[in-house]
Amino acid sequence: MAGGSNVTVLDLERESLRAVNRRLQTVGAGAGPFRVSNPRGAHALACGLTAGIEVEIEGHTGYYCAGMNEAARVTVKGNAGVGVAENMMSGEVWVTGDASQSAAATAHGGLLVVEGNTAARCGISLKGGDIVVKGNVGHMSMFLAQAGNLVVLGDAGESLGDSIYEARIYVRGKVASLGADCIEKDMGEAHRADLAALLERAGCVDADVGAFRRYGSARALYHFKSENLDSY
Amino acid sequence: MTDPNWGLRESYSFDKYAIHEIRRAPSTGLYRIRGWGAKRQLPTFDDLVFLGASVSRYPLEGYREACDTSVVLGTRYAKKPIKLKIPITIAGMSFGSLSAQAKEALGRGASEVGTSTTTGDGGMTQEERGHSTQLVYQYLPSRYGMNPADLRQADAIEIVVGQGAKPGGGGVLLGQKITERVAEMRTLPEGIDQRSACRHPDWTGPDDLTIKILELREITNWEKPIYIKCGAARPYYDTMLAVKSGADVVVLDGMQGGTAATQGCYIEHVGIPTLAAVRESVRALKEIDMHRKVQLVVGGGIRSGADVAKALAMGADAVSIGTAALIALGDNDPHYEDDYRAIGSAAGYYEDFQAGNDPAGITTQDPDLAKRLDPVKAGHRLANYLRVLTLEVQTLARANGKSDVHNLEPEDLAALTVEAAAMAGVPLAGTDWIPGRGY
Repeated sequence: MAGGSNVTVLDLERESLRAVNRRLQTVGAGAGPFRVSNPRGAHALACGLTAGIEVEIEGHTGYYCAGMNEAARVTVKGNAGVGVAENMMSGEVWVTGDASQSAAATAHGGLLVVEGNTAARCGISLKGGDIVVKGNVGHMSMFLAQAGNLVVLGDAGESLGDSIYEARIYVRGKVASLGADCIEKDMGEAHRADLAALLERAGCVDADVGAFRRYGSARALYHFKSENLDSY
Repeated sequence: MTDPNWGLRESYSFDKYAIHEIRRAPSTGLYRIRGWGAKRQLPTFDDLVFLGASVSRYPLEGYREACDTSVVLGTRYAKKPIKLKIPITIAGMSFGSLSAQAKEALGRGASEVGTSTTTGDGGMTQEERGHSTQLVYQYLPSRYGMNPADLRQADAIEIVVGQGAKPGGGGVLLGQKITERVAEMRTLPEGIDQRSACRHPDWTGPDDLTIKILELREITNWEKPIYIKCGAARPYYDTMLAVKSGADVVVLDGMQGGTAATQGCYIEHVGIPTLAAVRESVRALKEIDMHRKVQLVVGGGIRSGADVAKALAMGADAVSIGTAALIALGDNDPHYEDDYRAIGSAAGYYEDFQAGNDPAGITTQDPDLAKRLDPVKAGHRLANYLRVLTLEVQTLARANGKSDVHNLEPEDLAALTVEAAAMAGVPLAGTDWIPGRGY
């Protein structure tokens, strides 16, 4: 975010969460940019935004920061709690530190970039959003993920992609284990191009696309059969 | 003349249903999946009676004196509570499990009499929003079709923790009902079996739920009532924790509550009857001085105005109906007897809502079958049914001397069985004995 006098500062030490959120939720596209100071782990901060505005949060946030985001670009200069960018529809959310569990849960669109690591269930039930994690992701990430992409530059925890549908996972490091119905898949040209574009959007200009492996659904559990009992 | 079959004795333990299931299982290797709710005999509101008025209290004139049926839901925090003309709401049922025509009919019927209907797993359809004057938007673990725009255009938000047919269970919509439109709304490939999660993806316990509610209120400007719907598992504790988490309304669904599809063993063996659940939930609300401040909506097996009146007398603010509403639309109608027979069922028995071959065109995505249901006529049938329930509730309230159906109270009730007396916490008829409370 560019500095200068045009930045509108919203100070959570002086204003209520309701007042700060209401301001961010009701301004039009192009307003701001906004800087939120003294977040001190506040929950549900900058959630439900609908305009293409830029918001920078100076510090750590609690649960559901930028939840259900549409169009806005929200940057957390610190760590984010559970469910950052949950059910995001569009826009971008950046976390300069680590993110807790369920990051970008059920997100339909938009891009979440986490500079550090994420805890468990990153991208759970993802429905079309994109996630780039520059560190590691915790266990059960992309559980039941339906559509969208997860890119992990570090390692992935146990049961990656358990019960995954049509979402795609790219991991550069080690995968502790794959979940039910998740398998390694070939990297085609289209996949390389998609991955390269995601890495570029996340500012990972030096990352080598060839160093990643792709994972997705074996589609063996798409129809319930008792013969699949051992898979669960 | 002697019946030659008198000597044939059916086993109580191995009755014809048990034998049928034991024979069916080896042939398929799959447990039975079906719709509807619990079908076995359970203690119900039929095990209670109203005492009526006499010398000790006088009745109201049935055709002249007013008896208020309106109720306001969401008075605790919401800026815009829901105001219903009758204390009977339509329970959440999804587009996907039901046809678009059926969802439209539910909206039309509910709106005609001034009450609300509810979305379901799979998101909000415009047929439903457009024809429902008051629409409750379900916020489910799967979050299929969930988006903030629909959240904002809802009149209330119902966070679904569970449902009576399967407390603790998720859902499954079998591939035959995943048409192109259903698949698109749920972001899934067409034709696959679709699983709905049993837990929310971004919160687990009541402390997290408190923050989730904060987020939903922040996104909707604190306008919408927030309901929390639970299956009847541990209603005393679940109600307390729902209130603690910040609910405006608790929706409690007993084990007779219906479903579109789940395992038969789940439907019949998990959860407790509605009769038992209501008392526990009301007890919790009263203990924390939140009765009537957080409203209680009770569902699960409600069929008649008598059921509604008894639920209200036990302390509910409103009831919700699902299975009964579908029957009012035309589900299991004998008009389609031949068609039901052709698929191995019979009118009055059809429960394979998962199969998508509903002759009445309600629990289906088959366009030819769905066309059988006229949403205008079916909606009006539902409205008439809701009117009858309301008239019956008023009749019973006046008989007990009440000018508002919410003035019905446990003291107006007596139990016909020891079990019902113990569960409902009302005296066994002809005594002042409530089991468990000494004598």
